[in-house]
Amino acid sequence: MSSKTVNKEPYQQAYYPPAPTGLTRFMRTCLIWQVVRFVVINLKILKLMAKSHH
Amino acid sequence: MARIVILGAGIAGHTAARHLNKLVGGKHEIIVVSPNAKWNWIPSNIWVGVGQMKEEEVTFDLAEVYKKTQVKFRQARALSINPEGDAQSALPFVSVESTLPGKVGVQENIPYDYLINATGPKLNFGATEGLGPDHGHTVSVCTASHAIEANKKLQATIEAMRRGSNRTIVIGTGHGMCTCQGAAFEYIYNVDHALREAGVRDKARIVWLSNEYELGDFGMGGVHIKRGGYITNGKTFAESLMVERGIEWITRAHVKKVEAGKIHYETIDGSFHELEFDFSMLIPPFAGVGLKAYDKAGEDITAKVFAPNGFMKVDADYTARPYAEWGAKDWPKTYQTPAYRNVFAVGIAFAPPHMISKPMQSPNGTPINPTAPRTGMPSAAMAMAVAQSISDMLNGAQQPTHSASMAEMGAACVASTGAGFFKGTAATMTVFPVVPDFEKYPEYGRDIKLTSGEIGLAGHWMKYLLHHAFIYQAKMKPGWSLIPD
Repeated sequence: MSSKTVNKEPYQQAYYPPAPTGLTRFMRTCLIWQVVRFVVINLKILKLMAKSHH
Repeated sequence: MARIVILGAGIAGHTAARHLNKLVGGKHEIIVVSPNAKWNWIPSNIWVGVGQMKEEEVTFDLAEVYKKTQVKFRQARALSINPEGDAQSALPFVSVESTLPGKVGVQENIPYDYLINATGPKLNFGATEGLGPDHGHTVSVCTASHAIEANKKLQATIEAMRRGSNRTIVIGTGHGMCTCQGAAFEYIYNVDHALREAGVRDKARIVWLSNEYELGDFGMGGVHIKRGGYITNGKTFAESLMVERGIEWITRAHVKKVEAGKIHYETIDGSFHELEFDFSMLIPPFAGVGLKAYDKAGEDITAKVFAPNGFMKVDADYTARPYAEWGAKDWPKTYQTPAYRNVFAVGIAFAPPHMISKPMQSPNGTPINPTAPRTGMPSAAMAMAVAQSISDMLNGAQQPTHSASMAEMGAACVASTGAGFFKGTAATMTVFPVVPDFEKYPEYGRDIKLTSGEIGLAGHWMKYLLHHAFIYQAKMKPGWSLIPD
């Protein structure tokens, strides 16, 4: 008995961009990691603002 | 005692008012003129547009806030400027028309010693037939009231999907010359999030329709960021996010006409297309608010003071040059008008010297390219610089003392991709400088260490924090000046 294989359509718009891995998706809402990123983002924005005012 | 008149009370106008109140309040007179009774934290309109926030959470009464300060508030629409005065008086003045209930239409002239034009944009829905909530078939999130209406229609669309119908949702830009793609970008992800929460995402086809040449352009010609061992264009991440959420995209598009349920658009290759929709939010193009200017003799000098698009000319280099010759030096630093040393324009009201993205047009001659963005952070920075300059000029300085060129400042943009304290996410983007400077940063035009992008829950917290911090700051509550602009 043969099972029917359905190939995913290639060469479409959605075929090319990178897709996040499971780990990447998990890290986006991982509380501990996001607390770290929150601090980093804040520091980055403060640095950017400090460079912006003349 | 000198008088400083500020036209507009949006992010730029209100920022200028706050700082002038702090710097010269009591010593000099400060008058804010705005046709709107309420201040609106526009970045959070996105959440009003999906029912996550109410209008009261993103607006407050300006008169109540100014009552606690030295700032006087006139609820009125600016009509014209007489920067040289008129036949009766040598004092420059601005003519305004009241929008206050009970006084609607009453005109008065307000003399000034210094004028800050922070009138923001005219939402030019009329540029595209059938665009917009008032006379068209699409919704908008540009004002709080527009966002309320957008949410009503979105909820009706969700209800139809709950009953089993399929729906096509189109979000993006409503003209080839639009800016502010970021607002539409946020809205499309929040709509996607709302549909998932409602359990009807499988019933919706969501399409991004935009005038950007590539996704992630945002009117800044796109950005390059360091990620995964590569320096990659933001397009890659923008496309990745679209694919991840099952959103299709159409770029390089100029919307020509919107009919009930059908969008007609032209693409950069000169071909014409139609796209059927059930719910659509398309950002309108911006124009100046239509202020006129007259000289002492009463002659119309609008073309001398304003660019053809209605934005005010300032200390930028407006010499027409090809894209390859554009430079960071073209961008204004002090926002002082060249003809009148006591007149400044900030925020969306000033005329950029040119776009940031490369100009493009279809073989039919239709321009299809994002115009230069002037988001909240740069608008606040330039308003603060002008307030400080005026304060110093009142103390004897001959020239503006502070600068805030968009080619020398950065911007942070936190674009919500779904609300929720534990499940929400947002794309946090930082870019430095906003206008690329290829002399200083030859490779990518920007400082790669300060230009970044990432998606995560931390971004959502940032967006939420910024919402509360900036509303607290705008309400001028104790310690407001400690919050960075």
